[in-house]
Amino acid sequence: MRYTPHTPADKERMLRTLELHSVEELYQHIPQTLRERAKIDLPRGLTEPAVRRRMASLAAQNAAAADWSFFLGGGIYHHFIPTAVDAIISRSEFSTSYTPYQPEVSQGTLQALFEYQTLICQLTGMEVANAGMYDGASAAAEAVLMSRRIQPSSKRRVLVSKALHPQYRAVIATYLRNLHDVHLEEISFDASGATDMAALMRHLDDQSMCVLVGYPNFFGVIEDLAPVKSACERVGAQLISVTTEPLALGLVKPPGEFGADIAVGEGQSLGIPMNLGGPAFGFFGCQRKFVRNIPGRLVGETVDTEGSRGFVLTLATREQHIRREKATSNICTSQTLCVLGATVFMSLLGKSGIKCLAETNVARAHDAHLRLVSKAKLEAVFSGPYFNEFVIRAKNLEDIFARCAAQKIVPGIKLGQWYPELQDCLLVCVTEMNEDEEIEQLVRTISRQ
Amino acid sequence: MSEPSHGSRRSRVPAPKLLFESGSPGRSALDWPAQDGPVEGSIPPALLRDDIPGFPELGELEVLRHFTCLSQRNFAIESQFYPLGSCTMKYNPKINEAVARLPGFAQVHPLASPELLQGALALLHDLEQILAEISAMECVSLQPSAGAQGELSGLMLIRAYLSEHGGPRKKIIVPDTAHGTNPASSTLCGYDVVQITSSTRGVIAASVIEKVMDQDVAAVMITNPNTLGLFETQIEAIAKVVHAKGGLVYLDGANLNALMGIAKPGHMGVDVLHMNLHKTFSTPHGGGGPGAGPVAVKAQLRDYLPVPRIFKHGDKFELQDDCPKSIGRVRSFFGNFGVLVRAYAYILSLGGDGLEEASRMALLNANYIRKKLEKSYQIAYDEPCMHECIFTDRVQHKNGVTTLDIAKRLLDYGYHPPTIYFPLVVSGALMIEPTETESPETLDGFIDAMLQIAQESKEDPELVKNAPYSTPVRRLDEARAARKPVLRWDPGSSSNT
Repeated sequence: MRYTPHTPADKERMLRTLELHSVEELYQHIPQTLRERAKIDLPRGLTEPAVRRRMASLAAQNAAAADWSFFLGGGIYHHFIPTAVDAIISRSEFSTSYTPYQPEVSQGTLQALFEYQTLICQLTGMEVANAGMYDGASAAAEAVLMSRRIQPSSKRRVLVSKALHPQYRAVIATYLRNLHDVHLEEISFDASGATDMAALMRHLDDQSMCVLVGYPNFFGVIEDLAPVKSACERVGAQLISVTTEPLALGLVKPPGEFGADIAVGEGQSLGIPMNLGGPAFGFFGCQRKFVRNIPGRLVGETVDTEGSRGFVLTLATREQHIRREKATSNICTSQTLCVLGATVFMSLLGKSGIKCLAETNVARAHDAHLRLVSKAKLEAVFSGPYFNEFVIRAKNLEDIFARCAAQKIVPGIKLGQWYPELQDCLLVCVTEMNEDEEIEQLVRTISRQ
Repeated sequence: MSEPSHGSRRSRVPAPKLLFESGSPGRSALDWPAQDGPVEGSIPPALLRDDIPGFPELGELEVLRHFTCLSQRNFAIESQFYPLGSCTMKYNPKINEAVARLPGFAQVHPLASPELLQGALALLHDLEQILAEISAMECVSLQPSAGAQGELSGLMLIRAYLSEHGGPRKKIIVPDTAHGTNPASSTLCGYDVVQITSSTRGVIAASVIEKVMDQDVAAVMITNPNTLGLFETQIEAIAKVVHAKGGLVYLDGANLNALMGIAKPGHMGVDVLHMNLHKTFSTPHGGGGPGAGPVAVKAQLRDYLPVPRIFKHGDKFELQDDCPKSIGRVRSFFGNFGVLVRAYAYILSLGGDGLEEASRMALLNANYIRKKLEKSYQIAYDEPCMHECIFTDRVQHKNGVTTLDIAKRLLDYGYHPPTIYFPLVVSGALMIEPTETESPETLDGFIDAMLQIAQESKEDPELVKNAPYSTPVRRLDEARAARKPVLRWDPGSSSNT
């Protein structure tokens, strides 16, 4: 049988050692009522070529970026991934190891995670970062839970910008649904596409626990976090910045420089394929004074008995396997292989490369925006500065989608599903992977009335 | 297997520098034409950053050499036997890796319209049905990112269901042998945890549940086989007790690898179950993720599953977000799709028969190790074991040798240690799970090493207590790491010379 190496002779020898006649005797203590119904009614196993064929035929029924022009963002981005990234994460020394509980034989994973934590600190401007979370949305939810651990019980109002990714807001609501002391409130956005400061000021009071703002937000708008931070400070609320497109941080001011208390986000842009949205990872940074309240794995530096530098999982007394019901979180994965991919990606790009790629995104997106407005006569919706995504209004979205589909183009994401007020609006994303001809074809296809 | 040296020094490869300690200003592996238009006009200067202090400046070969060097400082399934209990470190088939990288899976965007994702949705829908068949549950959601998130989702939907049927109740019963995630997830779901003690035979007695079960208990969380590797033989009786008082039974499916074709959770009276695809269904652990933790339920709980749900109408697969009773969304998009693709390929490869054989061989391997070591190490519970067996350090402790020392000495013999000091109810636990993908010769090699260490513990305990000798680093000072945490590189902060 595939993957089980036991020959009939092997089984016989092992059974002899056990003084048994059949493998079935090993589980005769399980009630017969269970055993007699346990047969798995699935087809026989397939050969490797047959598995390949079946999988290839399923894959062929999906629109892949290899054949289609995607102008799709909204939290998952089509970016260039250097071949070297997959070469490293395909190494079985990394991919087939477990959580590094035995540090002497896990220094590879541990050092890479330590380097990752450092890179996230540098990119976000935060003082500490953990080793990774499931995704950006659950990282945002965990940030709210962490704020609840830090803030006094008199502060339990959570203010979430409506310009934060709608799925992230949904996940935060799920995580909070059984914690009845916490109240979730949404803050509208203004004509620039940023969080409405006047509305935020109206909602902020001394019961406010934290404020969550997208940076860049769901509309691609780069919000100025400085006034948000000062407003938070006045009432003692924490500022949580949430980034769905971390490539932007290669260019824009990091949340740490605005004084964010916690900075979280989705890491997919940093070298992870789109994968229908997962697996990638969430990143989680905060100010050093909160480190004992942080969720998830942390890697720390130490020395061995001979004084050589080494790395270990640390501050484990926060975690579920030690603290059980008093743990800071129930999480026990750090999406390590994805985090490793991002570490390789950031190392390859480096300081100048990440800036260059970020600038390319800004330039291409602004170029596309200009052409869509001037040539295709679509209406710009928001006035705020943006990174690689923007919102435009079109009267005939269904028609545009149909014409684009015929050209194997997906022009963007319809916003009406989350925002009734943006029923006729489209979120368009342009990255370094959208060549000039693709942009031209998009504009031409939309212009053809 | 080669004889490990008696305390002789390993040949030391110098430790690799950190990424931040090499390179040169201006260096990058990215060769990308600079953009045309000025960025300054697009984004206000006040919102731009000047620099990313400390960020790497390396060439492509430097980066590859760095990470290749790091990889060589890891133990992994493909280089070593990895009998880590409760983690199911089975072989991760290569074909699964290849198909997960097909452009039609890896380069697919989650917010494209469902018409453009029919193959992916068909795969997810089929995987849901398959997992339901394996576990005898009615309905499955593939959304949870990992076992712990599956648990959280499962408890949330229990709470939502009970809230509509008289009230959410207050407590969750968790046995002392449970994974730490069980009580942690319960708290996150707003419940108090009541811990119960396993019997002297390592399993839960229905009579114990009967004593604590009342109208305040929402659910009992059971791991089966439990973390002692024992089948909870009274589970049906326990379920009757719980159901009679209006509670629900949650099964932690971490050890499902012991059950395929042997017993189905749905027949045991289980209402909610999570499965760890990175354990039972062979997806790689990746050094600590990504995994996937689907949650499965009986019919009455179906409407509470996380969104989005996938439905088939005629030949078309559709997504539904609008399910009023659902607990909502637990993460973005569609779970860890790439992991689900791998698990699906694994199930296709093995088929029903192959999955059943996998569980049978997992049991055979564990019992074989148990038999061969039972004279040299104390068995924690003298009961028939399933896919893993638990020993203690009681015999070796007489000479001052502890479970930690045994674990570290195993590294010198080239084996990854078992899970140690877990479950907490066993003092000095050594939890060994070989999985079905190991040959008897590999098991014999491991057994020899364990016997040798038992001998060394008698004759030269100091040798064992100072192990390991052959690893890239020696024992690490974990207390120091926690006392003054250094969690990132800073110029001049390093303790290395």
